[in-house]
Amino acid sequence: MTKAKKKHLIYNLVIFALVIGAYVLLQNMIAAKTITRSLKGQLIPICAWIIMAVSLNLVIGFSGELSLGHAGFMSVGAYTGAVISGWLLNAFAMENTGLRLAIAILAAGLIAGIIGLLIGIPVLRLRGDYLAIVTLAFGEIIRNLVNVLYIGTANGKLYFSFLSKDLPADVTILVDGAKGAVKIKPISTFTAGFILVMITLIVVLNLVNSRTGRAIQATRDNRIAAESMGISVTRHKMIAFVTGAVLAGMAGALYGLNASTVIPTQFTFNQSINVLVFVVLGGLGNVLGSIISATFLTILPELLREFADYRMLVYAVVLILVMIFTNNPVIRSVFMRMFSPVRRLFRGRESQQGGEAA
Amino acid sequence: MSQVRRHRSDTKMVPVPSHSIVPERDVNEIPVLETRHLGITFGGLKAVEDFNLTIGRTEIAGLIGPNGAGKTTVFNLLTKVYEPTTGAVLINGQDLHGMNIVQASHLGIARTFQNIRLFDKMTVEDNVRIGLHNQIRYDMLTGILRLPRYWKQEKRQHERALELLDLFHMQNLADEEAGSLPYGAQRRLEIIRALATEPKLLLLDEPAAGMNPRETEELMETIARIRDEFQIAILLIEHDMSLVMGVCEGICVLNFGRIIAKGTADEIQANPAVIEAYLGKRKEG
Repeated sequence: MTKAKKKHLIYNLVIFALVIGAYVLLQNMIAAKTITRSLKGQLIPICAWIIMAVSLNLVIGFSGELSLGHAGFMSVGAYTGAVISGWLLNAFAMENTGLRLAIAILAAGLIAGIIGLLIGIPVLRLRGDYLAIVTLAFGEIIRNLVNVLYIGTANGKLYFSFLSKDLPADVTILVDGAKGAVKIKPISTFTAGFILVMITLIVVLNLVNSRTGRAIQATRDNRIAAESMGISVTRHKMIAFVTGAVLAGMAGALYGLNASTVIPTQFTFNQSINVLVFVVLGGLGNVLGSIISATFLTILPELLREFADYRMLVYAVVLILVMIFTNNPVIRSVFMRMFSPVRRLFRGRESQQGGEAA
Repeated sequence: MSQVRRHRSDTKMVPVPSHSIVPERDVNEIPVLETRHLGITFGGLKAVEDFNLTIGRTEIAGLIGPNGAGKTTVFNLLTKVYEPTTGAVLINGQDLHGMNIVQASHLGIARTFQNIRLFDKMTVEDNVRIGLHNQIRYDMLTGILRLPRYWKQEKRQHERALELLDLFHMQNLADEEAGSLPYGAQRRLEIIRALATEPKLLLLDEPAAGMNPRETEELMETIARIRDEFQIAILLIEHDMSLVMGVCEGICVLNFGRIIAKGTADEIQANPAVIEAYLGKRKEG
């Protein structure tokens, strides 16, 4: 095994160890009832946002394409998940929530992936910031589309319409226009979220350290050189983008099936930017960073509740401070010295990034 | 050095049928590269015009000329970075018309760049592995699921990459970040990466730039060795005349986008048009 491979392996093991450790700890806290109510309620959203951040990091950090519509895919996933779950209950009287959740999540990933493919085919052939522009528009289009979408189920059939009166009278409404997906039976569990996070990590980390992943990074670093090596840029940017969309769709289903309603205004442009903040703050191409920042920044607004009106102000200040702390080499080295045993584990990676004076 | 001399002494240039400078041993085979009246116009400027060149299967050829003569433009035309305005490029008899850079690469053409284009943030070995992308393959799902084929092919890639790095004795640098290598080593790594794609024609854009005379001499020997071992054709752009005259069997001189001379090193050195292009016209009394 080469030195570089060893570094990768250690880095990956640290990530998995942290995630599994956190899961075991939290499960014990839940069993011992020592967890606060607000944190317990946030466990599933945290899982969803971690998946969002890691999958967006694949698109932005590894393939180097700016996508501003990641919440759009999440929205597609949330609605698909709600509809499929409701339909399964109606059509097959499927009471097994675990199975229903699994099918709903898979379907959500599939639909989001297909939409990602449809967006990617025309846009990823172009060079420049077209993907950012189109994905931005896509997020808005999806939001406005579901605003006027009505979906109902009756006798095992699904009914789609843009007018509520077109649906048969005996129908169970699943998506009610501007009211969003209604009467969802919350079936997401923390364990499901944990499994989905693990799947996301396995997919992203294994992909990045494989032939395809190296090609994706090559197209990011130097387009012409990659092409001269016989690597199709469009194809590899597409792989990253669609994989990201599938994972975001799955996260959306997990998130949507955690509540009793999903409304269109939950998945606005602001939400896409939020995920972008997770990614940038955690570091482009840094999966561990994405996990930490997604967790921290999801909990933070809740912790700041006592600041009431000044909440977002404090949030902004914390964000800026974190950026200063992680980017200033002096502060960083002081910070690193405090954690010298941990640092030794990461030393290879640190010197690679050139961020640390020896 | 002796190796290099041997190549020169046992190869005779044939006269110039259809603008060819193919060595005798290759004349009966389909040339690896043939261009016919190749030209490109940027706005009103004819950057390259009526460029005809034929390169034999195992030939080492040189493309020289003063700064701005259009040498790199020719490389960009051959690799489809630019679409030619006129004429055709044939690789192994196959017309590149309508192809893109990736398709041209699949036909067996690989290159290095004048302004080095490595994947700076990746390790030296990973740079070579990118070159092996289409040679040692496995699909995306195999990679994600880490199936047995993944481990097998990764091992093959690793071994092949080290083998190629050994050409320039760079095995010990395999784990270094490519961007942190010294300039000369980066140039060598680019050559290795291009070789990893198993090309039939290797284009080297100023391979000796930034190298000292000792390194240049070593490079010269390696270029000849690469040709012998891989049995491929090499076309190189170079300003270092000791390298061009020492290793190239056929030399083509470009000035203002046009070929002004073709021939062996001796013929080129004696050619008045070449001397004029490089040194200017002697004032007549």
